[in-house]
Amino acid sequence: MTTANLSQAFMILLRRDLTLAYRRRSEMINPLLFFVLVTALFPLGIGADPTLLREVGPGIIWVAALLAALLSLDTIFRSDFDDGSLEQLLLSPHPLSILMIAKVFAHWLITGLPLLVVAPLLGVLLDLPGAAIRTLLITLALGTPVLSLIGTIGVALTVGLRKGGMILSLLVLPLYIPVLIFAANAVATSGAGLPVEAHLSLLTALLVLAVSLSPAATAAALRISLS
Amino acid sequence: MTDSHPPATLEARELTCIRDDRALFTDLSFRLGPAQVLLIEGRNGSGKTSLLRILCGIRMPDTGTITWNGGDIYRLATGYNASTAYIGHKDGIKLELTAEENLNFARSLGSPSDIRLSEALEQMELGGYDDIQAINLSAGQKRRLALARLLVTRSTLWILDEPFTSLDTHGIAMVEDLITNHLAKGGMLAVTSHHPVNLGNADITRINLSERSA
Repeated sequence: MTTANLSQAFMILLRRDLTLAYRRRSEMINPLLFFVLVTALFPLGIGADPTLLREVGPGIIWVAALLAALLSLDTIFRSDFDDGSLEQLLLSPHPLSILMIAKVFAHWLITGLPLLVVAPLLGVLLDLPGAAIRTLLITLALGTPVLSLIGTIGVALTVGLRKGGMILSLLVLPLYIPVLIFAANAVATSGAGLPVEAHLSLLTALLVLAVSLSPAATAAALRISLS
Repeated sequence: MTDSHPPATLEARELTCIRDDRALFTDLSFRLGPAQVLLIEGRNGSGKTSLLRILCGIRMPDTGTITWNGGDIYRLATGYNASTAYIGHKDGIKLELTAEENLNFARSLGSPSDIRLSEALEQMELGGYDDIQAINLSAGQKRRLALARLLVTRSTLWILDEPFTSLDTHGIAMVEDLITNHLAKGGMLAVTSHHPVNLGNADITRINLSERSA
């Protein structure tokens, strides 16, 4: 199998998933709506005191982003599993881990990237200072791909189970905690005017780790799930 | 379409498949060469689908080995996948994609053959449906679209699970022609079917799993 063929397969899988997402966009909008609604409801629930909001804002936005990511995870393999496309992916002559990168990348473009687009507005809503909003964007850009990559392993393990939702949360949430801690803390720290290079370096390290390990783990998990 | 397949052999030795503490089959051995057909028969639940899934490498046999040209298929992995095509119970087509998008995807994912997508669709009598989303096709048309995948990839071994499901008599004859053509080019076939399969004077090895179960 030549490299040209592999990159072609990668691109066509990416394009297929984006086309599918566009054609069933009403489903895809759910996580984004969840993200916006949860964040927007907090000021109503805890009171609109700007100092309080500024203090809890980074945590609220990141928790909402994390839950939105969790909510969207199941869609990555569900329909492929139900209609048999997943078997066909497994039987492709191309390396499954590379194809998995395409799947995760498409999933992140559909569910992660929109969070980045609306996040500045939510930052303004919670009265975060400009520096904190900038950091929020950077942490989301580094963090949401990690959430997608780690989550995909969990989905690959549970896709064959009829009621895998609960197990998926239990499997994946503990692995999400480091991202949440470093990212929310980075936003809060930069809001206080302190440097956040260390946080961002750690998030980048997590991203590099996830990118290099998760596709192979996902491929192995899928083989177990489908056998 | 005129090029023939390189000669190959698929050999299974002493396969055992256990499911839910029940042995579906034990010590199953067979050998399949160019232009030969393996017809797997048996009652519902006798392990036909499990055997096919083992043959295409999705499932591991509990004991035994399968070799392709002498090499273990799990060691060959993607190399073995390049020479097989599997059409299972599920059609593996995306309902939101058009017939042509579905085929194009299947072709890029496998080892592509030279045939044009429109030719493949016409050969399965789906010409004119190329820009119709698969959700609007009938069950038989979806099945034919799934089987059209066999045309757009270059696979020596076809592994078909009940290929005639939801096809009418005309569709069945069409698929039988497809198979006969494939065999004439030195291709191989492993198939389960409840329908009597009419493949002319093809070299057919029959395995009845119901008679073998313990």
